[in-house]
Amino acid sequence: MAIIESRPNYNLGKAPEGLEGAGFFATSLEKAVGMARKNSIWPLPFATSCCGIEFMATMGAHYDLGRFGSERLSFSPRQADLLMVMGTIAKKMGPVLRQVYEQMAEPKWVLSMGACASSGGVFDTYSVLQGIDRIIPVDVYIPGCPPRPEQVIDGILSIQKLVEKESFRRRYSPEYKAMLAKYGME
Amino acid sequence: MSAETNAADFVPVFLMFLVALGFVGTTMLVTHWLGPKRITEIKSDTFECGIDVQGNARIHFSIKYFLVAILFVLFDVEVIFMYPWAVNFKELGATGMWEMFTFMGIFLIGFVYILRKDALKWE
Repeated sequence: MAIIESRPNYNLGKAPEGLEGAGFFATSLEKAVGMARKNSIWPLPFATSCCGIEFMATMGAHYDLGRFGSERLSFSPRQADLLMVMGTIAKKMGPVLRQVYEQMAEPKWVLSMGACASSGGVFDTYSVLQGIDRIIPVDVYIPGCPPRPEQVIDGILSIQKLVEKESFRRRYSPEYKAMLAKYGME
Repeated sequence: MSAETNAADFVPVFLMFLVALGFVGTTMLVTHWLGPKRITEIKSDTFECGIDVQGNARIHFSIKYFLVAILFVLFDVEVIFMYPWAVNFKELGATGMWEMFTFMGIFLIGFVYILRKDALKWE
């Protein structure tokens, strides 16, 4: 009878730094929460153009964003952690995007995917918003027109690094409040 | 293994229920305690995909819609029962036919009642 070697073909989240001993592991609560948050980011896809199609490929079986804990898309901002803006944002769409961002629960992050969302791209016209960072704060930008799914995964991994290092106090800090005030938000 | 059981055997089950309840309660409390909060007017507003809310969700509409829909479902289901009956008509024989007639008779009484109550009059 052949011996079946059972080896898990999935990656477990790496434990944060901490004190380790026989039968116990201790770390700070912030690090444990950071690890949990990092590996279960729920994205809200705000797909308006071809970048959205690349995102669909990213969610598909070949690239499978579920491997990074983000397979659960949220179409309501109430449960979302990450706003993924993918595609051209027309100036008329601006207030909608802004309201969706403002209705997301804290802590929240924003990923701007592609040239259009990041800078307006080739649409240097009166009707297109020249970068979403004019109306909402952005954490990570992905270059490309449209970016490949590998780049989207790279962007998500960059977001994960930010999420992991997020401190409990950051969202109450005067710096964060000042940043929101710059965008005219409370 | 003895077939006898007593109340003490179910203590683990009871404990499991306690742990399950405790886990749900603790997780809900801890997430509220750990997560940062910023409650603003815009955030508390109804989510309508980023578009301004128009009107009120609590509007009046005629009870007629509900009544007609419920009556439709009732008689629709009656017809569904008649399909398998019609397919097996020969096998079921006279007994089956009289059973179906009784069933439809009860429904006919209901139908007459609906008509007499003017439930199907739209105006």
